[in-house]
Amino acid sequence: MEKERHYSGIKRRLMFLIVLISLAPLALIAIVNGYQFKHAYESKVLEHLEQVVKKHKQNIDTFLNENLADLRVIANTYPYEQFKDEAFLSELLRNLQAEHGGMVVDMGLVDDQGVQAAYSGPFKLGKAVYADATWFKEAMGSQNYISDVFMGLRGLPHFIVATKISADGREWLLRCTIDFMGFNRLVENIRIGETGLAFIINRQGAFQTKPGIQLDAHVESLRDLVWGKHAAAPELTHSHMNNWLGPQYKDFATAMPVRAIVADDPQKPGATSIYVMTQLKQGQWALIYRQDTHDAFSAWYKTRNVAVIIFLFGSLSIFFMAFLVSAKTVKRLEMADREKEMMNEKVIEAGKLASLGELAAGIAHEINNPVAIMVEESGWIGDLLEEDEFGDTENVAEISRSVAQIKTQGDRCKEITHKLLSFARRTDPRQQEVNMNELIGEVVDLSSQRAKYANVKVHQVLDDNLNLIQASPSELQQVLLNLINNAIDAIDHKQGGEVTISTENGEGVVNIHVADTGQGIPDAVLKRVFDPFFTTKPVGKGTGLGLSICYGIIEKMGGKISVNSSVGVGATFHISLPASQGEKNGGNAEPVS
Amino acid sequence: MSDIKVMLVDDEQSFVEAMAKRLTKRNLEVVQAFSGEEGLEKLNEVFGVDVVVLDVKMPGMDGIQTLQEIRKRYPLVEVIMLTGHATVQSAIDGMKQGAFDYLMKPCDMDDLLSKVREAKAKKENHEHKIAQARAMNIANRRGD
Repeated sequence: MEKERHYSGIKRRLMFLIVLISLAPLALIAIVNGYQFKHAYESKVLEHLEQVVKKHKQNIDTFLNENLADLRVIANTYPYEQFKDEAFLSELLRNLQAEHGGMVVDMGLVDDQGVQAAYSGPFKLGKAVYADATWFKEAMGSQNYISDVFMGLRGLPHFIVATKISADGREWLLRCTIDFMGFNRLVENIRIGETGLAFIINRQGAFQTKPGIQLDAHVESLRDLVWGKHAAAPELTHSHMNNWLGPQYKDFATAMPVRAIVADDPQKPGATSIYVMTQLKQGQWALIYRQDTHDAFSAWYKTRNVAVIIFLFGSLSIFFMAFLVSAKTVKRLEMADREKEMMNEKVIEAGKLASLGELAAGIAHEINNPVAIMVEESGWIGDLLEEDEFGDTENVAEISRSVAQIKTQGDRCKEITHKLLSFARRTDPRQQEVNMNELIGEVVDLSSQRAKYANVKVHQVLDDNLNLIQASPSELQQVLLNLINNAIDAIDHKQGGEVTISTENGEGVVNIHVADTGQGIPDAVLKRVFDPFFTTKPVGKGTGLGLSICYGIIEKMGGKISVNSSVGVGATFHISLPASQGEKNGGNAEPVS
Repeated sequence: MSDIKVMLVDDEQSFVEAMAKRLTKRNLEVVQAFSGEEGLEKLNEVFGVDVVVLDVKMPGMDGIQTLQEIRKRYPLVEVIMLTGHATVQSAIDGMKQGAFDYLMKPCDMDDLLSKVREAKAKKENHEHKIAQARAMNIANRRGD
């Protein structure tokens, strides 16, 4: 439980770290670059819009100026009496219309009482009286005049361009009317994106062109933006009007900067609009361009969306990878830890075994001598009992049996102590080139007597070309003797059986198999056969050290020992030992003894 | 009649005594020694020891050293090593130093007896050959 928490803690920290390290620069780049790009892009867009607006402002100003200039040229060129001739006016109107694409609707001459003296145009205005019209009063106050848009007598939106003619002590106004729709087109041409549109307002906040959308609600604030808070009272000085066409005009016109602002959109909460505005007509009108921010910066929004999607997917994959990597790493760590633990356990085990071995050796040695004495003494009793003086009584027989038993048990002690000693000291570790086949021959000879009594046939299936191995022969002898004796013991002596020892060359190793046809080893036992002091033999028959000694020896030589078995069929022990680097034992192998 | 003279050398006194009784009962003449040094002394004092039964592990002079000394001083005396080790190594060491054979403790009396007899036979054979060689020598001398 504790360990699991420990590992999951490491996993969490690792994951967090990976995500942080991977995401932080990504996010930083995204934010910084995004901000910079947005800034640059927005200023570019605004700049572009400002340019567009500026150009149109110039166009419109030029248009108005041209109209006014034409009118002045006409007024200055001809004597004013001629303007009373409607036919002449019609001629002039045609010329103007040809010049200005039909935007000039009509022309008229108005006297200082506001009565129209002559008229040419589509409307039958005849001797209309303009004495009370705002434009007339204003026009009379200055040399040149351009009115705001108004409905007038004709009931259609239009505005008037007028110039004053002084003659015969009277003042006349030569005026022409500009078609609102035509003028509107000049402004309507500014259409950018889906929502970008332009319109003109005057100082009173009245639309001079038709905006494409409903903007009445905040025209007031726009007006304030263009002219400041107190724009409603447009007291233009006379001199200003006189300078309308003067040399200062251009400076003045350009002096009004093009302003771009981003304002909240009152119609759509949360949305903002861009307003680009500039003054027209000497500050009396304002050209305002409006576009939804979202529309104006659509390319930026698209880019941002793509970036956000990439970022999201990137983050997702980073999370995923972080999870995978940390899980894998922690798993490895866990495995490594477990391996280390196992290694530690093995080392401790080995240490225990070693000290146990030393202890055993000491005990064995100390016990061996008393046991030897006991056996000799009992032997002496046995010798004495053979004297005639004791006769053949029942007690003598009993003592003889007892003495024999002491001898048997002494032998048993001897076997145990000898095995303990050999367990403790794996002697003569000096390695030399060993021909396994010869060694097997010797060991089989050693155990042949035992095999004969146990009714067991020992077969040798030996590879004549077996590679030599580098090992300690005495230790290998011990291993083989142990395995063969075990194999013989595994076979029921009444039924008899076979033990087969085979050798073969493996890949860089020499394999030795010791197979018997005995009772086999149950699975539960199979796992423990190499454990020290584990034995299935009856008490007194085995020490449980044989196979663990074998295991130790083979492991020390860098080899492997394993066993497989099925109950009733028999067991096979496999040993593989690394072959020595030298040449093969070849065809000139010594004959197996 | 005791035809074989055996010397037992072991630091375990009881073992030597018991063994001595048993061997004596089997008509062997037994000389007892309880250390390597004592064994060498007795060999010097007592004449005609045929076989020495020598324990490998003893305090002081151990079996192998004693064996080397015996072989040096009395090359005709045969030595049987007694070992407490199951290891073949100490036995092999002994054999290399010229021991006749080795036995593991505790040993079977019959085994010991047969080994002693074999050793005695070998010694007699050696002595016989030496005697013959001497006789030849004398004969040759007389002949010259």
